[in-house]
Amino acid sequence: MLNVANLTASIEDNPILKGIDLNVGAGEVHAIMGPNGSGKSTFAHALAGRDGYEIEGTATIDGADLLEMEPEERAAAGVFMGFQYPVEIPGVNNMYFLRTALNSVRRTRGEDEIGARDFLEIAQKAMDLVEMKKDFLHRSVNAGFSGGEKKRNEILQMAVMEPRLAVLDETDSGLDIDALRVVAAGVNALRGPDRSMIVITHYQRLLDYIKPDFVHVLVDGKIVESGDHTLAVHLEDHGYAGFLNSGLDDASLSGATA
Amino acid sequence: MSETMRDIEKLTEASYEYGFSTDLDTDVAPPGLTEETVRLISAKKDEPEWLLAWRLQAFAAWQEMDEPDWAKLQIAPIDYQSISYWAAPKQKPVLDSMDDVDPEIREMFDKLGIPLHEQKMLSNVAVDAIVDSVSVTTTFKETLAEAGVIFCSFSEAVQDHPELVREHLGSVVPVRDNFFAALNSAVFSDGSFCYIPKGVRCPMELSTYFRINSMNTGQFERTLIVAEDDSHVSYLEGCTAPQRDENQLHAAVVELVAKDRSEIKYSTVQNWYPGDENGVGGIYNFVTKRGRAHTDAKISWTQVETGSAITWKYPSVILQGDRSIGEFYSVALTSKHQQADTGTKMIHIGADTTSSIISKGISAAKGQNTYRGLVKIMRSAENARNYTQCDSLLLGKECGAHTVPYIEVKNPTAQVEHEASTSTVGEDQLYYCRQRGMNEEDAMAMIVNGFCREVFDELPMEFAVEAQRLLSVSLEGSVG
Repeated sequence: MLNVANLTASIEDNPILKGIDLNVGAGEVHAIMGPNGSGKSTFAHALAGRDGYEIEGTATIDGADLLEMEPEERAAAGVFMGFQYPVEIPGVNNMYFLRTALNSVRRTRGEDEIGARDFLEIAQKAMDLVEMKKDFLHRSVNAGFSGGEKKRNEILQMAVMEPRLAVLDETDSGLDIDALRVVAAGVNALRGPDRSMIVITHYQRLLDYIKPDFVHVLVDGKIVESGDHTLAVHLEDHGYAGFLNSGLDDASLSGATA
Repeated sequence: MSETMRDIEKLTEASYEYGFSTDLDTDVAPPGLTEETVRLISAKKDEPEWLLAWRLQAFAAWQEMDEPDWAKLQIAPIDYQSISYWAAPKQKPVLDSMDDVDPEIREMFDKLGIPLHEQKMLSNVAVDAIVDSVSVTTTFKETLAEAGVIFCSFSEAVQDHPELVREHLGSVVPVRDNFFAALNSAVFSDGSFCYIPKGVRCPMELSTYFRINSMNTGQFERTLIVAEDDSHVSYLEGCTAPQRDENQLHAAVVELVAKDRSEIKYSTVQNWYPGDENGVGGIYNFVTKRGRAHTDAKISWTQVETGSAITWKYPSVILQGDRSIGEFYSVALTSKHQQADTGTKMIHIGADTTSSIISKGISAAKGQNTYRGLVKIMRSAENARNYTQCDSLLLGKECGAHTVPYIEVKNPTAQVEHEASTSTVGEDQLYYCRQRGMNEEDAMAMIVNGFCREVFDELPMEFAVEAQRLLSVSLEGSVG
């Protein structure tokens, strides 16, 4: 489904990703773990199409060249990114935003737009999934939301957009244990044979709730180890120290959360 | 400069969709302004002696005045002698029904999306259509007359209701008020007049649509709205002009009189031709708008200013009666080389008076946008309150936003609040919307419309939709 080969990314000649190879099959959940500054978020943004990186290598989704596409075309191709820091858009009604988003990708795909009433049903189901109150849809996009509400809103959007590939960037950061449980339950409910997920996290904690099929360890722009979910448990016990090059520690690396 | 910023610049180079001109057979006075010109205009309109005297008094005052230079505007010198002060489309002098409207004029308004045929009207809005200097038709007159509401062109009001005009003309904006108001008082051509009798709630929205069509003419219209005790009216005004290389002058005066416990809601969508992306052409828009609110009365100004090369405009409220309320909601967009210096004046005289000001300035391309506002609390205004919020949005690196609030408080019981913010449309916001599937134009329009939400919420429904669309078009270059 997603095939990434020798993907590199740099900002102003600073290499951040140094050759990533990753194949994600349909219905699989892959976790990418790594210390701060290892390039986890950059990888997510490289897939989603953020401006400002020089990218080389290949990335295809169902055979289509992802790197040639604008961000909105990637969205229409089924790529959804759950943001680590969801963006506030004051004055824009959450429901209006979501419906515009959904109909934008549907238009691009040549599908019929969804009317207000049908959309409300879709939105209602998604809200139940992340245990959101009704007024939530009528507030401005993320404006004045708590950290937990913002993350739940990302999952709600994912439920509405029904992506082919969801890339969740540190969805667990800033969540208390109750919010984490709600978010994880939402993600699990959205797992399916046609939907692949890449779950990016610093901590193993999230993976207690979302059991990945594969775990990859990203250090200094490269995947240094891959395995099943037991790898995450190993990391919990031993940390990333064993994977770090000598002389480098977390703090000396940059660009992690950009 | 990042790619996104370049894209924003590209998007803001919009084209103007009302730029066509219509070939009308027009009666135009030769350029120039002397006492003779004033007499000619008055004679053309067959005005009573008192009105000619009033005009001449204004003309004399104007000759001794200088153009105001305090605004943050760079304006090429205006040669007042090269402008023609009278232009009127030639057509049958008396209109018996809508069918008598010149088909070319009707076609022009159809093109603008303003149907003058009452049967064709979708919404409950009465329209007064003004081309160049003259009102060409007013719709729904009879329906309004049943409610006792007078809604007609200013010229008709002078003929049919001289006592009402004489009583209120210049009562809110005196002839000597400022340079442009004096000029308007001397040469004003037409405009709308509206009178709501005691206790009447006007049964429909009233609307005036202004169109400048002729070359080298100025447009000087005058609007007067009188709301008697316990009455209510909502009034809309829209404006467009053809695309021409020279600058054209528009200097209007609007006076509102809100008697005890009455309410006047005045909404404007101003879309005069803004000039091209090199700053050539465009309307110079110098407007004086002011209302007087008597006891327990309320005056609310809402404006969406997207057009004109120069906008100089401060819709104001004199809060004269106790507990009167003044409101000002504004969206001003400057793109291309547009300059706007706009805001309001809230003059608190009565006790327990309240005013609120919400101003949203959007600057794009090389646009310069200044909010200038005065809140004045007089000694007599016990317990007056004002809340002001000025937000500026910058789209690009070569535009500017400026906020110039003046606050004068002479009564210690006053409460005056002022909040201001400046922000940009972040690349993060655009990226977020695009990741969700929207293209850049849609994303930009959505973000900017969100920024203006509080003001658009004040507009009547059809106008709000129009304003949103206009804003999107002004920003995106997607000609409808």
